[in-house]
Amino acid sequence: MKILQVVQSAYRTLVEEQDDTIIWLCENLHCAGADISVLLTGNASFYAVQSKTQPGVRIGDWVQTQPADITRDLANLAEFNVPVYVIKEELAERGLLEKPLLPGVHLMDRRDLSGLYDFFDQVWQW
Amino acid sequence: MNQNNTLTFAFMDPPFESERTITFFRLLDSALDMGVNINVFAYEGAVALGFSRQQTHGNGMHKRDADEENHPLTKNWITSLRDKAERKKLNFEWINCGLCVDERGVMEAIQACSRGGPADFWRCAANSVNTLTIGTR
Repeated sequence: MKILQVVQSAYRTLVEEQDDTIIWLCENLHCAGADISVLLTGNASFYAVQSKTQPGVRIGDWVQTQPADITRDLANLAEFNVPVYVIKEELAERGLLEKPLLPGVHLMDRRDLSGLYDFFDQVWQW
Repeated sequence: MNQNNTLTFAFMDPPFESERTITFFRLLDSALDMGVNINVFAYEGAVALGFSRQQTHGNGMHKRDADEENHPLTKNWITSLRDKAERKKLNFEWINCGLCVDERGVMEAIQACSRGGPADFWRCAANSVNTLTIGTR
């Protein structure tokens, strides 16, 4: 069964979990044997071009030592050969189209979205 | 000039689901930096922020054990803010809504948190220069 994981909410609890929880879940689903692909959409499109680790947060004397690293997490998906897609128009709307995509991220036109959805047995919208 | 330098915060979100949580804690930290006394009324899911049984864990995907991962826990953030307030000789009162605690079964709160109710929230608000409410969306 082929499943498309649509990640739309960006930076959701990134500090507390030290990753994007859905990207992390995708890594684990793949390792558990799931046949998945990932579509970064909406504000999560930014993940496709992000090149820096999140800054560590300080709360009182507590200092974060392992902030989220989206670049690493997407590199893991690439290493697993999990396809990751991002929509060209959504990058353009955010002024990100000129930035280099992370390895393993595929750029697609919005008009091809319905065809992508048709390719999968299920679409999970996060 | 108003000499009251106390702010009250009411917060509703639980740990680990919303980016509002970290923003809320950063506001508290900044308020202490500004020399402001703080009251917090933890309402609904926010009562779990100070749950003492929160535990760190390793993360296989990150290739780190529990010590290396140093996973953030909101209970530690509360304690850290309380300690910072003590150092700066500021008041830091954290009140968990008791009924909300009972609903969720998170009775085992860290020492920095006390149990109260809406009347305590009102007492805090009435004695503060302003109150910021951050509701769940």
